[in-house]
Amino acid sequence: MDNFIQAKDLKFSFTDNYSEKPVKNEVLKNISLNIERGSFVALLGHNGSGKSTLAKCFNAIYLPEGGKVYVNGMDTAEEKNLMDIRRSAGMVFQDPDNQIVATIVEEDVAFALENLGVEPAEIRRRVDDSLKTVGMYEYRMHAPHRLSGGQKQRVAIAGILAMQPECILLDEPTAMLDPQGRREVMETIKKLNRENGVTIVLITHYMDEAAQADRVVVIDDGEIILDSAPKQVFSQVQTMKNLGLDVPQATELAYRLSKAGYDMPADILYEDECVQAIARLLKG
Amino acid sequence: MSIIKTEQLTYIYGENTPFRKVAVDNVSIDIERGEAVGIIGHTGSGKSTLIQHFNGLLKPSAGRVLIDGEDINADKKKLRQARFKIGLVFQYPEYQLFEETVYKDIAYGPKNMGLSDEQTDMRVREAAELVGLDDKLLDRSPFELSGGQKRRAAIAGVIAMQPQALILDEPASGLDPQGRERIFDIIKRYREEKNSAVIVVSHSMEDIAGFADRILVMDKGSVFCFDTPPRVFSRAQQLEQIGLSVPQVTKIFMKLRKMGFDLPDDVYTVKYAERILKERLGGQEKV
Repeated sequence: MDNFIQAKDLKFSFTDNYSEKPVKNEVLKNISLNIERGSFVALLGHNGSGKSTLAKCFNAIYLPEGGKVYVNGMDTAEEKNLMDIRRSAGMVFQDPDNQIVATIVEEDVAFALENLGVEPAEIRRRVDDSLKTVGMYEYRMHAPHRLSGGQKQRVAIAGILAMQPECILLDEPTAMLDPQGRREVMETIKKLNRENGVTIVLITHYMDEAAQADRVVVIDDGEIILDSAPKQVFSQVQTMKNLGLDVPQATELAYRLSKAGYDMPADILYEDECVQAIARLLKG
Repeated sequence: MSIIKTEQLTYIYGENTPFRKVAVDNVSIDIERGEAVGIIGHTGSGKSTLIQHFNGLLKPSAGRVLIDGEDINADKKKLRQARFKIGLVFQYPEYQLFEETVYKDIAYGPKNMGLSDEQTDMRVREAAELVGLDDKLLDRSPFELSGGQKRRAAIAGVIAMQPQALILDEPASGLDPQGRERIFDIIKRYREEKNSAVIVVSHSMEDIAGFADRILVMDKGSVFCFDTPPRVFSRAQQLEQIGLSVPQVTKIFMKLRKMGFDLPDDVYTVKYAERILKERLGGQEKV
């Protein structure tokens, strides 16, 4: 198996300097997790579960306190690897306004490439390609602040894409978007994964988004609680609720009916499956 | 009597410029005392512009806004009163925390209302208790709080003014499911304890559906409909056409109806769906 990211016994903690005595707060406790090249993995967990910290360990924003993280075979703890790691695993954050630096869309997308000293002709080509991939090419001469949230977030993704990373880490990229913006960003992420083979790690609070991944990893209190295909994870309705998480409504409805003794499959995840199963019941 | 009433309210951005845009178009609505209202609409539908009229942050281009029966734009005194009667919590309110301590931040509103120190103190402690902020946290800097705590501290600052209508713009955005539930519990409790109207603007139909007595759906600056949740969701198909996403159970029931099953068209919560299906399946043999 070809792993793009490998975490081995990863430990990480923050120290709370505001308290009278500094308190060490263990955020990640012995996490071991491999992320396969080309896969689409969703990370779920309530606020403070450690999922964002974990993602930040994946592109060396945070360095392990114990254990190791390898990105594309490179140890994140070694400083000489830093540039290569950041280039191969790019990160997109929640608030698009905090990530956009230029006053013209295409300049923003070119920003990192200019810093990396890429040839101008190559920059032109990559900026155009990236903008086309996220469907924002027609907006290349627009001012970012006049775009919608979903458009801005796609520009931020294009900026990462221009560096030709093998992996993109997205930390709640749709949290501040409206339903239309969320759909646009999710379509873009799926396209990058399926057509361009980009490895995707998506942190989200939206269960319907996690349901679109190949694999769902649930984190609670710095530990991995569940790690499986979306169907297996979401079928554990009670466990998810106990963890302060939710399941898609289709799953919950099927779960409730099955608990009431009706013949419903326990691992329903998508709308259409649920419709079929209920139709079968109603026909008797 | 209604706490908030608009009469042919119209608001135009950039009048006399090439960017002229009618953001709110001839809106006449009534919100009753103690009512829970959800406001939903696509980005740019005018919902945020509308609520900014409720406490006089924006002045209508045409039409009137009546709070407690009085035109708030009639004179400055009425406007000032309206600001205390209608509490507005913006999106990401935690960005607006600015005082040295959580206590001072929550006290800012009541103090400005001219309450005594004693009264202010009572208001602060009551509001902090209602949003679930521990007494110990009140002496801390707001910047030492967690994200969820900051959000609740900011809401407490508005609650401490004890407005007769509490309006919140996307109060749960960016929170995890438990955090969302907690915020809605706070809103419901405030409503029950103060018999105050609560108005929540949201993109999430699921959040709104479980909470509102009535839902105001905005589209292109106009009122698309203003009705009870079952009646609003019975128009699910039209809601999707105007760019809103309806709850997943509503879509499931829509599809079942299309397949010819005789099911109600107003299903919008999992519990309701479960009850309906159990009724229909009641006589069948269980596994």
